[in-house]
Amino acid sequence: MSPILTPPEIDRRHRAHESDNGSGRRPPTDKLTGGNGEGGDNWNDRPQGRRGPRERLSQVRMGLFFGLFAVLMFFIAIVSAFFVTRASGHFDAYSHYVNEWLPTTIPSILWLNTAVLLLSSASAEMARRSMFREVDVMDEWIGLSRRTSQRAAAWLSVTLGLGGLFLVGQWIAWDQLAAQHVFFRSNPSSHFFFLITIAHAIHLFIGVSALIAALIGLRRSHKLASRQILVDATVWYWHAMGLLWIFLFVLLEYGQ
Amino acid sequence: MTAQHSRWTHHRTVGFGYVAISLAAACVGTVLSLLMRLHLTWPAWSLPLHGLILPEEYLALVTMHGTLMLFFVLTVAPQSGFGNLILPAQIGARRMAFPRLNAASMGLTGLALLVLLAAFFVPGGSPISGWTAYPPLSATALAGPGQGEGMDVWLAAIALFSLASTLGAINTLTTIVKLRGEGMSWQRLPLTVWGWFTAALLSVLVFSVLLAALAMLFCDRHLQSGFFLPTGDLVNGVLLQHHGDGSPLLWLHLFWFFGHPEVYIAILPGMGLTSMVLANFAHRRVFAYRLMIATTLLIGFLGILVWGHHMFVAGLNPFAGSAFALSSMAIALPSSAKVLSWLATIWRSRPRLTTPMLFALGFVSLFITGGLTGPILAQPILDEYLHNTFFVVAHFHLIMAMAGIFGLFCATYYWFPLLFGRLLSEPLGKLHFAGTLIGAYGTFLPMHLTGLAGEPRQYAQLTGGGSGPAGQLLQTTLPLQHGITYAAFFLACAQLPFLLNLVLTLRSHLLATPNPWSATTMEWASQDFDEASTEDKPTGLVTYRGPCHYSEDGVSFLPQWESGATSTLPPE
Repeated sequence: MSPILTPPEIDRRHRAHESDNGSGRRPPTDKLTGGNGEGGDNWNDRPQGRRGPRERLSQVRMGLFFGLFAVLMFFIAIVSAFFVTRASGHFDAYSHYVNEWLPTTIPSILWLNTAVLLLSSASAEMARRSMFREVDVMDEWIGLSRRTSQRAAAWLSVTLGLGGLFLVGQWIAWDQLAAQHVFFRSNPSSHFFFLITIAHAIHLFIGVSALIAALIGLRRSHKLASRQILVDATVWYWHAMGLLWIFLFVLLEYGQ
Repeated sequence: MTAQHSRWTHHRTVGFGYVAISLAAACVGTVLSLLMRLHLTWPAWSLPLHGLILPEEYLALVTMHGTLMLFFVLTVAPQSGFGNLILPAQIGARRMAFPRLNAASMGLTGLALLVLLAAFFVPGGSPISGWTAYPPLSATALAGPGQGEGMDVWLAAIALFSLASTLGAINTLTTIVKLRGEGMSWQRLPLTVWGWFTAALLSVLVFSVLLAALAMLFCDRHLQSGFFLPTGDLVNGVLLQHHGDGSPLLWLHLFWFFGHPEVYIAILPGMGLTSMVLANFAHRRVFAYRLMIATTLLIGFLGILVWGHHMFVAGLNPFAGSAFALSSMAIALPSSAKVLSWLATIWRSRPRLTTPMLFALGFVSLFITGGLTGPILAQPILDEYLHNTFFVVAHFHLIMAMAGIFGLFCATYYWFPLLFGRLLSEPLGKLHFAGTLIGAYGTFLPMHLTGLAGEPRQYAQLTGGGSGPAGQLLQTTLPLQHGITYAAFFLACAQLPFLLNLVLTLRSHLLATPNPWSATTMEWASQDFDEASTEDKPTGLVTYRGPCHYSEDGVSFLPQWESGATSTLPPE
């Protein structure tokens, strides 16, 4: 064993030199396609547009997360109104305190819908991961196959089907409540049940539209990076709506 | 989502679109305010082609003036307008992060303005419940002529506007975080960018809360829910049919959670610009630069904790009132730090008193005058007397409206050479400044006095109150009322030199030199920097230091984009 310990940075520089000596031992490393700004080259200091292969992806993701934050605030506003209304009442003519809140019985189909939405999130994640599996991506980037896009399209179609199923399930739940004469206007509690589920369904419908757009984009878009961005953003949005639903479902099921 | 190669999605096009929207809104809003002044002073005066202004029409004027000015002028122009025109160049980028989204949000904002203006023409006319639209009177068509379709149109317009502002803010935030050029670290960002950044954070945080409140109000109006309506509420003798124990206070909480940050969205870009312009023309560094960044963020943060001070007289729990009073007064700390930094920056310097510098100084002056009444109104006890008087009108017009407008004029004069290659005329600009300053103070300072005397706001008529004590009290304010009206007309006429200046300068062939103000920030790096360029190639610019590096002796300066060679300041 050598008595001299090599500091890691020297070790790294040493390896960078021998990276492409023609022996075929390791692939050539090109800084533009390598990764993570190695070798003192901080990509954030590069001109905009030259910050590595994931530059646009990370921009879109950041924009999406700011947008999801706004969506979260939208629901926080509604949920805080939910708690305020649940706790408020009035005094009637006989000085009795009256709280009109009658908890809405949640149709049991919502459990099934939740499971379907969870499954759809899993299949969406499969689509997203398949868009980034390196070996296949390399093939597709070179133009040897479109295996990643095809695989992602298959998973996205599954997600689309499950998402549609969820929306149909929500529709059935509203229908079941209507059959029991529980409507939007019936009670403060039902105001919130319908407001929350419909607002979430609208957001999920946007997600369904994004899925359809991503499926079209997977066929039409010529740039692999654009296809990756489409799938990635759609799937993150889908996950967020799934997570939001679990929170809202728990609130409606146990919080009333 | 590919790189954009279209002029329509170019950030300058989008920025000019926003400025045009707010210019149109400002013209309409100004005319409305003059009509209000005319009616207050001469109630018998009849508007040509229309006739007498009825009380409900006066309330419609109040509502539309507030909505137009606050949403479509003070939010759109500084944040979205100049944000798009200047922001990318100032951080060394060539474009905004999402050009198509940017163009779409501009289009939505324009659509929102059209929808809002349509309220004048629907049956019943425009809504009458103020820009704050308090229920229960905003929740039913029974409350007045404009509360039917007019109110629905208003709701639609503001919902569109919220959506557009959120999308625009997402774009601004992503641009600042992700697209900064080489060497542009967070601490080197000009304070204008920090202003835009904080305002965009606030926009993402609060506009969706407003959207949720609007959706619930819509349900109350049309779907018989009772989110904001108490049980057994009588409006105009009719019992409202709905279920539940809603509370108008809930609307106030949601609305002002949006509404107070909204006024910071309007003023933060102006604060940042004032810092930069003062330093630019005083040839000094910004005093306590990092502290100024911190105070910008702190004002934004405290701004979301103070909404309750709008509700002291609305039936808020007194304990909550105390908490909100404390947080409101806490905002005085970062605000005073900002004022002190502005004063320290120009202290004993020999500033070049150009028109943009004058407007920046005017901003400081108005910010102090308007700000001093802030801690007064933050006291629940004092606010109880003052809340529904003109004192509040004076306060927010000075600190938000006038300071905001001065920030906008400062931006226009300062960046005009960058945007149009020509310098606006200095004599006309100084005339414009003097007239606007005198008009602004002449209009809004006396309102403190009428407010202290007890003049209520949102009252359509002050005369004819009978011979009772209230009538006599209002009679005593009438001479001041006349003065305020004359000053308001003077203020409006003081804008004519500005319009003349614009026309004359745009027609002249006298081109400005590059960097005519000896500025140090990146947008002045080269004049053809993004002239019509929609290509997505690197700018080739590197940021080497923070802004405002002027030498101690006041002879030379180092712009952000120069690697080492100092430039000499031109002789006075």
